Amino acid sequence: MWEGFRHFADTYLMWNEGPLIWMSDVLILLTSIGIVAVLTYFKKWKWLWDEWLTTVDHKKIGIMYLICALLMFFRGGVDALLMRTQLALPNNHFLDAEHYDQIFTTHGTIMILFMAMPFIFALFNIAVPLQIGARDVAFPYLNAISFWLFFFGALLFNISFVFGGSPDAGWTSYPPLSELAFDKGPGENFYLLGLQISGIGSIATGINFMATILKMRAPGMTLMRMPLFTWSVLAACVVIIFAFPALTVALALLLLDRIVGTHFFTILHGGNPMMFINLFWIWGHPEVYIVILPAFGVFSEVVATFARKRIFGYGSMVVALMAISVISFFVWVHHFFTMGAGADVNTFFAVATMAVGIPTGVKVFNWLFTMYRGRIRMSLPMLWTVAFVPCFAIGGATGVMLAVAPADYQYHNSYFLIAHFHQVLIGGTVFGMLAGMYYWWPKMFGFLLDERLGRWAFWFFNIGFYVCFMPQYALGFMGMQRRMYTYPADLGWGTLNFISTIGAYLMGIGFLFMVAQIIYSIRYGQRDLTGDPWDGRTLEWSLPSPVPHYNFAVIPTVEDRDYWWVLKQQGRTQELRPRPEEIQPIHMPKNSGRPFLMGVAFFVAGIGFVFNWYVLAVLGLLGVVACMVARAFEYDDEYHIPVEEVQHTEAALGRL
Amino acid sequence: MAVMEHHLHEASGARRHLPMEYRDVHQSLRILGFWLFLATDMLLFACLFATYLVLRTHTDGGPTPRELFDVPGFTAETFILLTSSFTGGLATLAMRNGKKGQLIGWLAVTMLLGLSFVALEAQEFVKDALEGATMQRSAFLSSFFTLVGTHGSHVSVGIVWMFLTLLQVLRRGITPITARKVFIVNLYWHFLDVVWVFIFTIVYLSGVVM
Ligand code: HEM
Ligand SMILES: [Cu+2]
Repeated sequence: MWEGFRHFADTYLMWNEGPLIWMSDVLILLTSIGIVAVLTYFKKWKWLWDEWLTTVDHKKIGIMYLICALLMFFRGGVDALLMRTQLALPNNHFLDAEHYDQIFTTHGTIMILFMAMPFIFALFNIAVPLQIGARDVAFPYLNAISFWLFFFGALLFNISFVFGGSPDAGWTSYPPLSELAFDKGPGENFYLLGLQISGIGSIATGINFMATILKMRAPGMTLMRMPLFTWSVLAACVVIIFAFPALTVALALLLLDRIVGTHFFTILHGGNPMMFINLFWIWGHPEVYIVILPAFGVFSEVVATFARKRIFGYGSMVVALMAISVISFFVWVHHFFTMGAGADVNTFFAVATMAVGIPTGVKVFNWLFTMYRGRIRMSLPMLWTVAFVPCFAIGGATGVMLAVAPADYQYHNSYFLIAHFHQVLIGGTVFGMLAGMYYWWPKMFGFLLDERLGRWAFWFFNIGFYVCFMPQYALGFMGMQRRMYTYPADLGWGTLNFISTIGAYLMGIGFLFMVAQIIYSIRYGQRDLTGDPWDGRTLEWSLPSPVPHYNFAVIPTVEDRDYWWVLKQQGRTQELRPRPEEIQPIHMPKNSGRPFLMGVAFFVAGIGFVFNWYVLAVLGLLGVVACMVARAFEYDDEYHIPVEEVQHTEAALGRL
Repeated sequence: MAVMEHHLHEASGARRHLPMEYRDVHQSLRILGFWLFLATDMLLFACLFATYLVLRTHTDGGPTPRELFDVPGFTAETFILLTSSFTGGLATLAMRNGKKGQLIGWLAVTMLLGLSFVALEAQEFVKDALEGATMQRSAFLSSFFTLVGTHGSHVSVGIVWMFLTLLQVLRRGITPITARKVFIVNLYWHFLDVVWVFIFTIVYLSGVVM
């Protein structure tokens, strides 16, 4: 009995790994008990189910994405600090090689797929329907499915840490290293299934928002009157739709290799590992544009709002977004110039990579020209936007350096590369997402985030960023390779690494300030009573904060770009207030518990495949099928909000 | 959901001349969504085709395409599937003419043809496996079985889906919603037919002449 228990604990709960795991187990247990206890004590279970788990409201789904993104930012950040702690000193043994491998793998995967992706989806959900004058997305039920697939995919990936063991083949998971022969544990399966499940959700989100933007715009909102954030989402959706299927295939084939014994990417029996690497980057490079384009959209909104000017060069901004989304599909080989594709192939991809700099440069100049002679207010969203410009410029310049194929033989997989991609991912995506979060926070929650604490967070994070990553460019030139878990003292890398670690901790402190800022503001933050705290330009600022669940009592008719701003200038804001006689009953989609249950079923199937427990896998898949069949026979999935209720709500908000 | 009822009011007159499945904006929105899904599914197959093309010569001393492929077998599969696409089209036509009985009949014929396609394919796979040509044997066989098998499982899903749709037509008759469902499942069916045309040429035909 005891033996059996020990065996189980060692194989699945990894108790033989030592105190780090024990502590995590205890913390997770305590947190779970705490959550259950709080929900039970305050009798919030029903509230949780009715208001959140079954919701199909894009605003609530957006908030759930946001919460998950912030939690995952925390986990990815802790991973980063563990690594930087290990690298602070030469010959350090805080982490051993195996643990270091696991941590850079989970850090990279989580930051890209479970932090950046849900963060952009949070902003998609929160802003797009409001910006285009719609009451929800095209397919609200599918939207809920997307969220729960993301959620349970992320859970599956994260749970590997305490159940079965983390993946350790890097976020790129190259075979043959990631094949069964070299990577026995279930960790790699967790990676493959977690990404697969959440990836299906991402494809659905791409389809959903594409249909929403193409078909659900308010009357008069022509494409060329759309806010630039919505344009950026459209561009990102194009990329999602074209890129994600390649990831789906890459992951599926590697999974087949691992659990069925096929030979796609093995060395034996004719497999070809390069095929995985191509498929991975055919998705992987566009993926980095998926997470940067919405950030560009946020900057466009923020710059125009806080400089109080129309965006400079709107048309060229649209063309640039579209150009980037197309070119992003023709650059993937720059991730493996050194693998011997030949000079001609490398030249093509080098030139294509540099070409992305052109539309990007156009955008940067347009933002600068918009700021030029504007009456700029340095509120938090603008602060992050202004910080983005130099950071991204440096990151872009080092990117062009890496794109020079012959020179890349020197930089490839060195700390120069690490510094480069952190500079664009943090300086671009993270700064953009934070700017967007500060910008739309009042719209989501009805209060502003505290400026003073936000500035502390900003300065710690920014200074920390440069302290952390600038030394790494030099380390790269000095020969330090990525994914090294330690280094000898006599190479002279010690000082720069130590400085870099200090920078990482400064960023960690910045994050803590952000947490403090949110907690403080929940209680003391300035309430947003007007619905338009930044003197905004687009339709979402014509609504009260938080927005009633049907969004627009009466759908507006749009006559110009930045229509809300135009109306304010002309003193016509009354026109966007509903008149009682115009209000009609509103059809809304009903809540449904099925998307959540479908996520659970996928999770169960995922666990089954991870451990080759096929009974469980089949049960999970049957659950998925049952949910789909039940949906096919569901005809009664809408309800009406009666006119009186809408009038009542609007009157209570002082809008009638 | 009538998130877009403003469009509805203006447009319901103008939409009257459209086929049944497009008449209601919500249904036509779903059809658009389905087209977008098909684009992603097409790309999924494109990646599998690319993998097949890279690996098809990697036979590792095992069976080659030429030794493996059975001309009468895949020709029969092709004829059956192409015919089923035609009968699926007839089902859509019957739906547009409001002929419920015919619609159900053609759907049933399409499903039967689909079933016989799947049965033939399963038989082919079993025969190959018994001869030692399993998907674990070589990279060529891995990619062959995965590509063709993915198509086959799409067809199987399509059959179940068509059956569920048929039940709804039986119960509810031809309404804007069931019309949209019939239309979409047929769209899916034709799409699988197009994919098969590529499998037929790129995998089977060029396999036996190579
Ligand atoms: C918050 C501050 C961050 C710090 C201090 C940090 C630090 C690190 C470190 C030390 C590594 C491992 C380098 C190596 O040994 O090869 C790494 C890898 C990586 N990081 Fe970060 N990182 C941060 C944020 C981010 C963000 C925001 C993203 C993406 C959005 C990101 C994406 C990655 C990726 C993709 C890898 C590569 C993982 C691999 O080699 O498989 N990081 N980071
Ligand atoms: Cu790239």
